[in-house]
Amino acid sequence: MFYKETGQFKSRYKDELAAFPLFEDKIGIGILGVLTFLVIPLFGLPGLNYEFAMGAIMIPCMIFIIMTLGLNILLGFAGQISLGTGAFSGVGAYAFYKFITIFPDINIIIALVLSGLVSAVVGVIFGLPSLKIKGFYLIVATLAAQFFLTWAFIRVAWLYNYNASGAIEGPNKEMFGIIMIGPQSAGMTRYYFVLVTLIVLTWLASNVIRGRIGRSWMMIRDMDIAAELIGIRPLVAKLSAFAFSSFYIGIAGALMVFFWLGAAEAESFDINHSFLYLFMVIIGGLGSITGSYMGAIFVWVVPVLIKEVGKSVFGFDAFVMENFSTILLGAMIIIILILEPHGLARLWQITKQKLRLWPFPY
Amino acid sequence: MEILHMIFIAPFLDMVALPDLFFQGLWDGFVGGTLYALLALGFVLIFKASGVFNFSQPILMVLAALALVSFYEMGINPWISVALVLLLMYALAYGVERVILRNLVNQDGNILFMSTIGLTFVIIGAAQWIFGGVPRSMIHAELGFPVGSSEWPMFGGAVYFEHIDISAVVLASSLIAILAVFFSKTKIGRGLRAVADDHQAALSVGISLNQIWVIVWFVAGIVALVGGLFWGARSDVSFALQIIGLKALPVLIIGGFTSVPGAIIGGLIIGLGEKIFEIYWGPMMGGSVEGWFAYVIALVFLLFKPQGLFGEKIIERV
Repeated sequence: MFYKETGQFKSRYKDELAAFPLFEDKIGIGILGVLTFLVIPLFGLPGLNYEFAMGAIMIPCMIFIIMTLGLNILLGFAGQISLGTGAFSGVGAYAFYKFITIFPDINIIIALVLSGLVSAVVGVIFGLPSLKIKGFYLIVATLAAQFFLTWAFIRVAWLYNYNASGAIEGPNKEMFGIIMIGPQSAGMTRYYFVLVTLIVLTWLASNVIRGRIGRSWMMIRDMDIAAELIGIRPLVAKLSAFAFSSFYIGIAGALMVFFWLGAAEAESFDINHSFLYLFMVIIGGLGSITGSYMGAIFVWVVPVLIKEVGKSVFGFDAFVMENFSTILLGAMIIIILILEPHGLARLWQITKQKLRLWPFPY
Repeated sequence: MEILHMIFIAPFLDMVALPDLFFQGLWDGFVGGTLYALLALGFVLIFKASGVFNFSQPILMVLAALALVSFYEMGINPWISVALVLLLMYALAYGVERVILRNLVNQDGNILFMSTIGLTFVIIGAAQWIFGGVPRSMIHAELGFPVGSSEWPMFGGAVYFEHIDISAVVLASSLIAILAVFFSKTKIGRGLRAVADDHQAALSVGISLNQIWVIVWFVAGIVALVGGLFWGARSDVSFALQIIGLKALPVLIIGGFTSVPGAIIGGLIIGLGEKIFEIYWGPMMGGSVEGWFAYVIALVFLLFKPQGLFGEKIIERV
């Protein structure tokens, strides 16, 4: 009744190709934009403490969405499975740290892009075996990246400037006269920076995926030999997927440390984080940008809320809630795989389909 | 020059200068290698038998070890605790079949693999909740395994053999032998291979898929128990054992995914290699290189010989 394409005529080819062809979609995006740009930074989330809403929900969610987008490009669009996401995000974070400490005057945006590129190079190196192997074999290759890199984060003291704690810490640093990162930065500045980064990267991803490179990724995913026969070069397609994905993951890693946590050690990039990001992709839906959004938000927010509710309403201690949310996460994966292997994105699609007919389903 | 000397010459000079230390390293690596081989065999058997790449094998090992220690701490006789853990493993195998695998028949390998990651998290949460996350020591002495060590004079020095390590090698090798025979010679073994080939075809000739899966996962549980017992005795019983268990994956790559002798030889290569590398090359790189050595070797294998030492050559058709 409210969500249908009848009566919306398209008179130009450009309209047909638009990202949001329906008028209702445009309204929805507009509302989302107003919410994220104005309402949430001013008032926070309903029922939650402002600091908690920004620091524990909004900022990490957006960072994890970037992370999930990156992994989804590799796993969902190019079909190359990876368990090294945590380590690649660490590469981005350490690279960012080195850039801003070696060149104290560097612009944050430039440092962010550069650290994404460093991560992309590392991703390509560890993605090289994907030219010969796939599936489970690739899991081991990316596990090699995971364990080798986290070892390097601890043992190569040059990476954290030989400081005693072994952690990387964001110094106060300003851009255009506003303190962006470091202990003195305001939550709202960091929120806006991450939000804009997220929007730019989503726009980039959706266009790359619709373009030639993205279609070659999907061909490789669906059947690599057939793709090769009709003229896709697997070398270019697979390595560009690794590069692109690691670029996103590296940027997300840098954002995670310097715009959210403030300081981090090698544990923030360990294998459990790789699993967490994998879960976000699976639950959200393989090969879907909307799914990346939903998966990251769902996997991050639900345990946080459960812990809060368990603590404040039922009075369980943190240990019990921690384990409960771990079990819940694992169970959710199994349930999603059994009931709806395409994840939340597919559920959303079904809902939209139903909305078109509602309230007269025949 | 200095660096080249440090990498290519000095370690070998050390080996010749202190042969007893070298042999100690070899022995330690050999024990580790046998246990890796056993765990890798757990992976290979499940993969060959059901096409499931069982990522939860390492956490099964942690669960078995933790449960064993906890049952004993409740005041139960150690051997009865072993029986209880076996029962638990059987119940788990049955549950996994009922709840997960039955619903995922004929699905893509990737989906099955991811479901075992989900299972891993369920087990982590549950095990931590029920048994607690504090590292504890294994009860091998109470189970009647010999403790202590004997010294064997060699090259002017001495090599120490921990008795528990000797029992580990003996028990693990015999379990490997039993499993190899079980899977190649018995009727159940043939059924397992049929299931691995094609779910539907196996069903149509009257093999019960459900029964086979329970058996396979129970075997994985037994492997986990033996592995957990001895790794727990070598270090502590804690969730860090999961990382050790994961090292069975590079072993698989080196040996070839579907080969039983490959798993054994791969295990020994990794076990010996990482110990020797840690002793002679580790210090110059900052130590604890054991964590990634196995994976980097596997990476090299993947680049040059992706099917591993004994694996079947992968032939793909469109």
